[in-house]
Amino acid sequence: MLLRTAWRRAAAAVPVAPGPNSTAPTRGLRLRVVDHATQSDVPSATATPPQAESELRPLYMDVQATTPLDPRVLDAMIPYLVNYYGNPHSRTHAYGWESEAAMEHARQQVASLIGADPREIIFTSGATESNNIAIKELESAIQPDTSLVSVMTVNNEIGVKQPIAEIGRICSSRKVYFHTDAAQAVGKIPLDVNDMKIDLMSISGHKIYGPKGVGAIYIRRRPRVRVEALQSGGGQERGMRSGTVPTPLVVGLGAACEVAQQEMEYDHKRISKLAERLTQKIMKSLPDVVMNGDPEHHYPGCINLSFAYVEGESLLMALKDVALSSGSACTSASLEPSYVLRAIGTDEDLAHSSIRFGIGRFTTEEEVDYTVEKCIHHVKRLREMSPLWEMVQDGIDLKSIKWTQH
Amino acid sequence: MAAAGAGRLRRAASALLLRSPRLPARELSAPARLYHKKVVDHYENPRNVGSLDKTSKNVGTGLVGAPACGDVMKLQIQVDEKGKIVDARFKTFGCGSAIASSSLATEWVKGKTVEEALTIKNTDIAKELCLPPVKLHCSMLAEDAIKAALADYKLKQESTKGEAEKEKK
Repeated sequence: MLLRTAWRRAAAAVPVAPGPNSTAPTRGLRLRVVDHATQSDVPSATATPPQAESELRPLYMDVQATTPLDPRVLDAMIPYLVNYYGNPHSRTHAYGWESEAAMEHARQQVASLIGADPREIIFTSGATESNNIAIKELESAIQPDTSLVSVMTVNNEIGVKQPIAEIGRICSSRKVYFHTDAAQAVGKIPLDVNDMKIDLMSISGHKIYGPKGVGAIYIRRRPRVRVEALQSGGGQERGMRSGTVPTPLVVGLGAACEVAQQEMEYDHKRISKLAERLTQKIMKSLPDVVMNGDPEHHYPGCINLSFAYVEGESLLMALKDVALSSGSACTSASLEPSYVLRAIGTDEDLAHSSIRFGIGRFTTEEEVDYTVEKCIHHVKRLREMSPLWEMVQDGIDLKSIKWTQH
Repeated sequence: MAAAGAGRLRRAASALLLRSPRLPARELSAPARLYHKKVVDHYENPRNVGSLDKTSKNVGTGLVGAPACGDVMKLQIQVDEKGKIVDARFKTFGCGSAIASSSLATEWVKGKTVEEALTIKNTDIAKELCLPPVKLHCSMLAEDAIKAALADYKLKQESTKGEAEKEKK
């Protein structure tokens, strides 16, 4: 808390100086000192003193890929990284007991965010591991045809909210297990595993301003859902996930969940307003912009826009001082357009033109305004460089042209 | 003045943010600078973006690629009576590497004869721009664009010659 308010106060103390480019914010919000000294703790006669070199970093608008650690989460974790370093499974001394107490407290914090019982939360290394536990072996159990339905709660690319409660109702009536990957939804929209009849849920730490390398899986007890362990060993976590539970990380996850529960309503309101501001400003200034995903059933913090006649990666290069994403982060190395966009029926050329804007808890109005301004400027520039835009301006129907396939 | 104030802020904020001044000595690794500065330069300082009159007999237009593939390049050349390329323009729908490849292509064809321009290879373009393996196809498309423009020019010249001969008869 102290760190964050002090940081905010320091950042707010400098008046925005009217420089030659007065519309851009002149204060760098995220700073880093690059230490060019050789890494050595032993002082040596020949070591050069560290040369602090301030460097402005891009604005961060990619919260669907990962989120920064909330300072309150870091505050909760530090004691367990420095002082209370016991193994939570050690039964014979105070180090183990205090670590176990912290782990169980974190478990309660995660459970209360989703309306579950703490005994139903198993800590894992992340949502990916949770997904694997949930899906493995369940397909061969009981039912001959469908045995498991697995749906994302909120899509990470286009932000669409799936009708989880309806799906849960259907699955429960047909006696089919229902798993949902709630990595992008936990702590952002209200979730209750009992109201929505969810049997299994994957939770990710680093998507909710918690640490990376930790997550959880919710496994329903009543009626009992049986899963097979992915990794075997000492039988920790009720035998469902062996391996020492990393106390500092789960404390961080728990703290992140508690903070999310407190801030959910405020964050949602604020993020909705910023999202509205971003989309309205862009759509007002640029023609031929398409928002991908159902506008009604939509989480506001994830905005996916297609700018026709401009390719997504060139726009990312142009917006080099804003961290954004084109399509899913997982597929950014491939040359394929986003499978999600293809699935919702987006034209392939529009799929290549999509950009995802992520608005999160720490995104400011100024960052949104800066991003919008730069985006509008560069889309216009890139359209001037685009043969497709030129053809459309000349009245040519692009669909009528025979392109040379490659 | 503003710079000094901003510098003070940076130092104050960084001292606040970073309890320990010790940080990894490496600076940003190569993958973080995904866009090579030569590629970025072609976008930030564009040269030869635009169009020539495609109805003119001395202008060859090459249009290659497809929107569905995310890569479309239009490259135009203007050739004088001696067969030398005196002007070139391009427009591209594609990633930064595609824009840079086609921009470089227009720079290279200028001043060359039609025969010399045919010798421009995609490997030279890729080497000049330091394109990573995943972006090599951009340089290939640029080479195709050059060839398509030259072919279009040749076609126009042949049809002009044909018309001139018909008139003689």
